[in-house]
Amino acid sequence: MPALKRVAVVVVAAIIVAALCSMAFAEAPVKEVVAKASTVPWWVWPLSLFVLTFVLGVVAVLGGVGGGVLFVPIVGGFFPFHLDFVRGAGLLVALAGALAAGPGLLKKGMANLRLALPVGLIASACAIVGAMIGLALPTNVVQTALGITILGIVGIIIKAKKSEYPDVAVADPLSTALRITGVYHEVSTGEDINWKVHRTPLGLALFIIIGVMAGMFGLGAGWANVPVLNILMGAPLKVAVSSSKFLLSITDTSAAWIYVNNGAVLPMMVVPSIIGIMLGSMVGVRILAKTKPAAVRYIVIIMLFFAGSRALLKGLGIWN
Amino acid sequence: MEKKVVATEEQLRYAVLLSYGMKIGMAMLLISFAIYALGILPPFVPVDDLPKLWSMPVHEYLETTHIHPGWTWLTMLNKGDFLNFLGVAFLGGVTVLCFLAIIPILIRKKDYVYALIAALEVTVLILAASGILKSGGH
Repeated sequence: MPALKRVAVVVVAAIIVAALCSMAFAEAPVKEVVAKASTVPWWVWPLSLFVLTFVLGVVAVLGGVGGGVLFVPIVGGFFPFHLDFVRGAGLLVALAGALAAGPGLLKKGMANLRLALPVGLIASACAIVGAMIGLALPTNVVQTALGITILGIVGIIIKAKKSEYPDVAVADPLSTALRITGVYHEVSTGEDINWKVHRTPLGLALFIIIGVMAGMFGLGAGWANVPVLNILMGAPLKVAVSSSKFLLSITDTSAAWIYVNNGAVLPMMVVPSIIGIMLGSMVGVRILAKTKPAAVRYIVIIMLFFAGSRALLKGLGIWN
Repeated sequence: MEKKVVATEEQLRYAVLLSYGMKIGMAMLLISFAIYALGILPPFVPVDDLPKLWSMPVHEYLETTHIHPGWTWLTMLNKGDFLNFLGVAFLGGVTVLCFLAIIPILIRKKDYVYALIAALEVTVLILAASGILKSGGH
């Protein structure tokens, strides 16, 4: 599979470059890092960011994860940017991806407004709280919590089951009252799939936590949205994935505004990252049509594990 | 002939507006970044100083650069870096416009619960965008 090999080579190269950059600054205290960083021409960093986010865009599509969850720990761990700016950029990267995908998913009926609106309201309100907490807490605390969260996400990706068509015998009273139900056309079988959901109160409650974490870490939240919508609430996998992607456009908007209004958005970081990840996603979609991306899932897991460990050790002051 | 599932009226309205909004916002971001990166408009923070600043916590960065957070960027659009906030703000406002556009449809359909949810969502997003909510810093 030459396409897959090419992706693997690019990813490994990106990790090596990132690790080398990191090692170059690893032992130096903050002031030295600033001094060293200032000796590198300014344009090297946005250019590196563009290259890295392009690769992340490819990998994110093939690995079935959002860009934000890769962006924050990797850029936060291996670039000289402060975590405040990384999280602000991470939210805008995830937001741009969600805004780009949202219209198509809504038009096809894959993302569902009736499912996304109630959970989106809760998640977006809580994302504001999360963003404010994240900007108020000491950096090492956020960094440590980020590392633990990323390692937890690795566990979720490895362990979480997925169900194409979960069995929902009876819709719960709340989802019945809200008429959270729908039908989508499954192209592979030519069938129209009717679906409904259950355990809505618990699902809504979990979106409080998801919203806070999305805002606090700037991660996007597809990694948490999908299991809750699919496994817990019983939405079909494609509806859960699509509604989750659309949902990010609501959740990340509210959190992103907090970062913008608190000055934690640097255009020199944000724009190259958005362009890189969107171009990478386009290439990823093309590769996805030609290859089986199972191996990329393991690359994503390894990248997240490495970046999560780095964030945790950095937060604990073990690997600065 | 293949049967086609059609999304609801409010979902389609939302999708169309989101599509236009995303394209306009991205175009704004690309143009403003080109103006910034090519030095067509001088930046408020010189690009050569950025590597010394972006490793600082945000409150320290704001103190060092004397930048006032919030909506003050609107008064500094003649600076290349702050010009980019037009596109960022537009992308941040698209969702509000989409929700505002579907509220009349939901009311016409007598779907008052979802009209209320959409109105509450608009309130949450406007509150987030207002700049009223400030973080304590660290």
